[in-house]
Amino acid sequence: MNASELKQLKVNAAKVRLGIIEGVFAAKSGHPGGSLSAAEIFTYLYFKEMRIDPKDPKNADRDRLVLSKGHCAPGLYSALAQRGYFSPEEMKSLRHIGSFLQGHPDMKGTPGVDMSSGSLGQGISAAVGMALAGKLDQKDYRVYTLLGDGEIEEGQVWEAAMFAAHKKLDNLCVIVDYNGLQIDGSVDEVGGPSPIDKKFEAFGFDVVTINGNDFEEIEKALDHAKTVKGKPCAIVAKTIKGKGVSYMENNVAWHGSAPNKEQYDIAMGELEAALKELEA
Amino acid sequence: MAEIVKKATRESFGEAVTKLAEKYPEIVVLDADLAAATKTGTFKKAHPDRFFDCGIAESNMIGIAAGLATCGKIPFAASFAMFSAGRAYEQIRNSVGYPKLNVKVVGSHAGISVGEDGATHQCNEDIALMRTIPGMVVLNPADHYEMLAAVEAAVLHKGPVYLRLGRLAAESINNNDDYHFELGKGIQLHDGNDITVVATGLMVGEALKAVKSLEEQGVHARLINIHTIKPIDEEIIIKAAKETGKIITVEEHNVIGGLGEAVCSVLSEKCPTPVRKIGVYDRYGYSGPAVDLLKEFGLCAENIEKVIKEELAK
Repeated sequence: MNASELKQLKVNAAKVRLGIIEGVFAAKSGHPGGSLSAAEIFTYLYFKEMRIDPKDPKNADRDRLVLSKGHCAPGLYSALAQRGYFSPEEMKSLRHIGSFLQGHPDMKGTPGVDMSSGSLGQGISAAVGMALAGKLDQKDYRVYTLLGDGEIEEGQVWEAAMFAAHKKLDNLCVIVDYNGLQIDGSVDEVGGPSPIDKKFEAFGFDVVTINGNDFEEIEKALDHAKTVKGKPCAIVAKTIKGKGVSYMENNVAWHGSAPNKEQYDIAMGELEAALKELEA
Repeated sequence: MAEIVKKATRESFGEAVTKLAEKYPEIVVLDADLAAATKTGTFKKAHPDRFFDCGIAESNMIGIAAGLATCGKIPFAASFAMFSAGRAYEQIRNSVGYPKLNVKVVGSHAGISVGEDGATHQCNEDIALMRTIPGMVVLNPADHYEMLAAVEAAVLHKGPVYLRLGRLAAESINNNDDYHFELGKGIQLHDGNDITVVATGLMVGEALKAVKSLEEQGVHARLINIHTIKPIDEEIIIKAAKETGKIITVEEHNVIGGLGEAVCSVLSEKCPTPVRKIGVYDRYGYSGPAVDLLKEFGLCAENIEKVIKEELAK
């Protein structure tokens, strides 16, 4: 990508982050940490990678994303809003009664959400089903699914991984947001999912490990994934949980809690300053 | 009259889904290494490109079915009831029920008539589990002909369906020419105003034997076949309660959460009527030949007849 493209992606990611904080603050609950860590991944997928049309969100030939780590809905919603599926103002209705922005993704109500999710380990199976349907119908769409590093402690993830490789689903790309933290502490202390790359390799995936907060590395990995034939791809994306808000970075306390007014002002101040710098 | 056939409803299901696949190209079938037992093997043989063996991984199978449904397929995902409705309950609730996806969950070898495999495989809780999922249609056909009709009804219904299949061969009772299956509508199989028996699945045939035997003894018992446990036919149940005053329910399932409680729920709110439940009384099954086990648990014509007499004597 050229410099202006990269700059635009960074601007978009900054706006996605602002929407995350806006939403979680308005909801007085939600999951900022893992939403912020994946902001570059959401942004790249919706602004550069996926063949989608916000005006035709149900198109049968579109690429699809299943947010298997459904609690990071604020990140997905904010990216969809920035991409034009609905107004970014809607972020303020997050988790409110009557809002189509549910605490976890609800495909029935939210434009652009390809699958309902939230119960960990289940989204990847649905993504596998979508990829299988694509093969069956000889369509060339691609299916992406974003998992948490804690999420892969669920056994169903490995059932799905085994099936995807067995069926040679090279239209499937699994991305693991490896931010290293889950509710009860570091993933290495709690559930021990590492080494993540070796596990997916053993299950028959083509695996790439990248810095998941770096757009150029994300692009390289996703471009590579499209060239792999006969097996699915896994991208282990090392990220910083809470990325972009100084006091949230690498702090597990921000996995699932909302900032108070003072903290909100600090977060918005930092993110707006970063956006201003990018736009200068 | 169609011929009387003695067949397990799992066989009828395998035949039906295989045949319907020619008419409905969206149908695909998934199994979890039990194709020979659930009879999806029949489909596999005829439509190998539309059959997916997911291996011994039921949770993933349900998720894959959900993903396929988002792309316009009509997936039938089959395993033993214990492992589809049971093991994958939460996947069915969250990945199928909540998004209202067009997945047909198939639970074969339901109830204690699994027989020799014993308690771990005898699922007496599937109806209860599936009934609690908002929007889930729960079907439990009684015989070969009803299963053929139920599978097509499941295909035509847009949304999640649970379909219960039995292992044991049973003689058909719905081979009459005016047989008509309608989702959510009970069928009166025998007329009478002394008492009503409401039965489902394999127990319908047993109940029919019981009411016929009583008819010869001058007792006029009504028999209602409830093939759709959810949504249940309130009208036919309330009418029977009003006209006969007493209800007996019969199911090869735990009395907690099954047909009996579904009937009680209708009557307690709309027409309070005494209900006696015949079923599995909150316990596990055990190994043994299916027919003998059914007798041990009172799930047979003889016991149904005995209970009817007891209730009439009260």
